[in-house]
Amino acid sequence: MRPNEKIDIKALLENLENYVPRRSGWTWRKPVPNLKLGTYQYQDCSEPLKNSVAPLAAKSFGFIDPQPLQVITTEIASGRFEDDIRRMRMAAWHGADHIMVIRTAGQSHFDGLIEGTPQGVGGVPITRKQIRASRKALDLIEDEVGRPINFHSYVSGVAGPEIAVMYAEEGVNGAHQDPQYNVLYRNINMIRSFVDAAESKTIMAKANMLQIDGAHNANATAKEAWKVMPELLVQHGINCAFSVLAGMKKENVALSTVPPTASPAPDLKVNLPYAVALRDLFDGYRMRAQMNTKYMESSTREATVTHVLNMMISKLTSADIQSTITPDEGRNVPWHMYNIEACDTAKQALIGMDGLSDLVEVRKDGYMKTKVREIKERAVLFLEEMLSVGGYFEAVEKGFFIDSGIFPERNGDGIVRKINGGIGAGSIYLRDDDYFAPVPAHFGYNNVKQYGIDELTNPAVLIGGSTFEDRKKIQYIDELDENDNVNRRIEETEKYFSDSVITPEVQWRGDGTVVVDLTIPADLRTAQAAALEIGKRMNLKDVELIHKEILHPAEATRIQLKGRLDLDIDVKKLVIPDEPVRMTDEEITAFVHDHPLKIVAATVGEDEHSVGLREIIDIKHGGIEKYGIECVYLGTSVPVDKLVDAAVETNADAILLSTIISHDDIHYKNMKKTHEYAIERGVRNRFLIIAGGTQVTPEIAVEQGIDGGFGRGTRGVDVATFLVNHYKMKE
Amino acid sequence: MEHTKVRVDDFETRSQHLHELTDAELKARFWQLIHEVVNPLLDLAQKNTSPSIERSVLLRMGFSSLEAKDLVQKAMDHQLMGKGVGHLVFRLAQIEKTDIRTAGMKLLKDEGWNRLASEFGVK
Repeated sequence: MRPNEKIDIKALLENLENYVPRRSGWTWRKPVPNLKLGTYQYQDCSEPLKNSVAPLAAKSFGFIDPQPLQVITTEIASGRFEDDIRRMRMAAWHGADHIMVIRTAGQSHFDGLIEGTPQGVGGVPITRKQIRASRKALDLIEDEVGRPINFHSYVSGVAGPEIAVMYAEEGVNGAHQDPQYNVLYRNINMIRSFVDAAESKTIMAKANMLQIDGAHNANATAKEAWKVMPELLVQHGINCAFSVLAGMKKENVALSTVPPTASPAPDLKVNLPYAVALRDLFDGYRMRAQMNTKYMESSTREATVTHVLNMMISKLTSADIQSTITPDEGRNVPWHMYNIEACDTAKQALIGMDGLSDLVEVRKDGYMKTKVREIKERAVLFLEEMLSVGGYFEAVEKGFFIDSGIFPERNGDGIVRKINGGIGAGSIYLRDDDYFAPVPAHFGYNNVKQYGIDELTNPAVLIGGSTFEDRKKIQYIDELDENDNVNRRIEETEKYFSDSVITPEVQWRGDGTVVVDLTIPADLRTAQAAALEIGKRMNLKDVELIHKEILHPAEATRIQLKGRLDLDIDVKKLVIPDEPVRMTDEEITAFVHDHPLKIVAATVGEDEHSVGLREIIDIKHGGIEKYGIECVYLGTSVPVDKLVDAAVETNADAILLSTIISHDDIHYKNMKKTHEYAIERGVRNRFLIIAGGTQVTPEIAVEQGIDGGFGRGTRGVDVATFLVNHYKMKE
Repeated sequence: MEHTKVRVDDFETRSQHLHELTDAELKARFWQLIHEVVNPLLDLAQKNTSPSIERSVLLRMGFSSLEAKDLVQKAMDHQLMGKGVGHLVFRLAQIEKTDIRTAGMKLLKDEGWNRLASEFGVK
C-alpha cells in the first residue's frame, strides 16, 4: 500500500477464507527515554512513526511529530466496516494504535454469533468476516505507519464465550469484558452473565488479549455522575478480582476509568483525588483513561476542553491507554474528521505536558490526603453493606448500583435487577459429575480423568487439536443475507470507487453530508428557523440543526447544520494547478552569482507584523539572503509609496511586500495601491511586485495587478525560485 | 446493618471503625471484601455451564456458529446439557468410531441422541 493511493477495499474482501492473523495479544508502544527530536528532548515519548500527519504547528518545529507513551484509542461506529477501515487508516496516521469498533445496537441480546456483513446501527454487527477484513486492513496500515495497531471490540451480551473464541481465533487484540455491564445496562440475567464471563475471560487470557472493564458506564448513566465514585471503585474491584481468578494476568486487565465530573464543576478538585485513590488501590493493573461523556453537549469545543482537562489527570497520575471520545459524540455517531480531531487532541495535549512529573507533584497532604482517604473509606463501606445484605446478587436486587447518592448517602434511584430475571434467565445448567469439554481455555469443572488424561494436559489432544491448535478447523461463513451485505453496498456506491467522481462524506462513501456553520444575527428561535430555511435554499437535502449556541440573546446565535449535498464532482473536469516546482539551492545560487539580484522589502500599511517577512529574507531562517540576493529591509508599517520610491532609488529587481492584516481585504487593497502607484510614477516595468502573507491567495493577489502572491507555508526558496524563473525567462 | 433505599449521608458516623486503619490496612480490607463478594460468583461459574459456553466449546471443536447453535438447542431438548455438548459429540464419535465432525453432523440430523441418552443413563 502506498501513501498516495487509497486502500483497496475490494481486494481486502478477496480470499478472506484463507486469512491468517499475523499475531495475537496486545502490544504496547516502545518507550524511548530522552527522545531527541528537532532541538527538544522528551521524557515521556515512544518510537516515532514511519508515516504520520504531524500537527499543523509542526511546520515551525522542523515537522517533528513526537508520539506519546500512551496507547491512543479511537472508537469507530459508522455501521459499515468497509468505511470504518478507511477511517482506521486516517486515525493511524494521526497517532491511534488502538482501534475500538463499537457493536451494532442490539448485538448484546443476539443469542449466538452473527455472520456475514450486515449493516449496523451505531456500530457494526461484529462477525468473523468483518473482523477478518478489518484485521487484514490493519496489517497493511500498521506496516504503513510503522507501529503495531491493536484491534478491539466487545465480549458481552448473551454470546460472550463464543465471541471470545472467535476473537482469539481471529487475532483480535483487546476487548471489553465485564459481567456487570450485562447486568446493569443490558438487563441480562446476572447468574448467566457471571457464569459466561468466567469462560470468556479464560479464553481471552489464553489469547493474551487486553481486557477493559465497563465501570465508566456507571458514570455516564448516573444522574449526578461524580457521586458514583465509591461504587466505581467497587465495580472495578469486582471485575479485576474475578478476572484474575479466571486466569487473566493483572497486566492484561485494564480499568476503564473516567474522571467523574466536568467543568463548570471544579473539575480537578473532584477528579484528581478520585484518580489518586483509584491508582492507590489498583496498583499492578492497567489504566485505560476514558474521557468524561456525561456532560457532553453539542459543542465540540466544550467537549474538547473537558477532554484536555481529563488528560491533565492522566498526566498527573498515570494512564497506559489514553482513550479519545470524538467531540461530536454529543450530537451524532462519530464522523471521520472528529475521530481525527480527538486523536490529535490527545497527542497534542499529552506531548504538550511531556515531562510534567519533573515539574509538579501531586500533594499528599491537606485536602488531597483527606479526600483520597474518604473516597476509599466510602468504597469499603459500600462493600460492607453489600455483604451484609447477602452479596452481589442481593445488592443488585436492592438497587445498590447507579444510585445518585454518594455512598452511604442513598437516593433510592439505583438500577434494580432481579436474580431470576432478565434476558437469559434460567439458562444455566449444573455440570454433572461426568461433565466434559475436549477443548483448552475452558473454565471450571471438567472431568478429563474419565478419558485418561490429567488436568494439566490440553483436553483437545483427545480430538486431534482444537481450532486454537489447528486453525484449519475453523468453519468460515461468508454471507448469510443476500440483500444486506457489503457487496450490495459496494454496488450502490460503485461510482465513488473510481477516482473520477467525488462527493463529500462524513462517515460513508458517497454520503454527501456537509456541515454549515452560520452566525445569524437573531435570537435563538428565529435563528433556528432561519438556519433551516438557509439550508434548504443552499439546496441541501435532509437539513438538520446539530448545534446551537447563544452568542447574545438578542444580537446573534451560532448554528451548525448538516445536510446532504446531492452532487458529484467530475475530477477530470477539475482544473488542478500544478504543484510549485522548487529549484535546488545550487541552481538558485549559481544563477544569482551570474545575475546579481536586489530586492526591497517591507510590511506595508498599518501593519506591525515582521516575523513572516524576516523568515523569507533572513539568512538565519533559511531566507533568500543565503543565495546571495541583496535585501534592503525597510521595516513595518511602511506606506506603499515609500516602498516603491525605495525600489526606484536602490534600482531593485523586485519589491517584496508583506501584509498580514486582512480585515476588510486591506491586504489586497494595498497590493493594488502599490501596483497603481508604480504605474503612476511610470516605473512599473522596472521591477517585480511580489506580495505575501498568511491570508494571501496567490490567484487573488495577481488579480490586483502584481506579479506574484504567496500564502501560508511559503519559504524563502519559493520566492527565490519565482525570482530566478522570471529573470531566466527574460533572458 | 440495615439497608434503606433512601438515606442521608452518614459517612462521618458510619466510617468510625475505619479511621484506626492505616492506608495499607484499608487497602487490604478493600481487597478482602472484594474477594468475599467475588468468590461465590466464581464458584457458580465453576459448577455451571450455559448455552453460550457450550456453543463456544463446539466452535473450538471445529463447528460453525450455525451448527453449534443447533447442536446446543438439541442437547437442551434432550436434557443432556449437564454432560457438556462437546462431550456428547466426542462420545458419539468414540462409540461410532468416526471423526468429530461426522458425529456432529449425525446429531444435527437427529441421529444418535437415544444412543447417547442411554449411554449417559438419562431418560
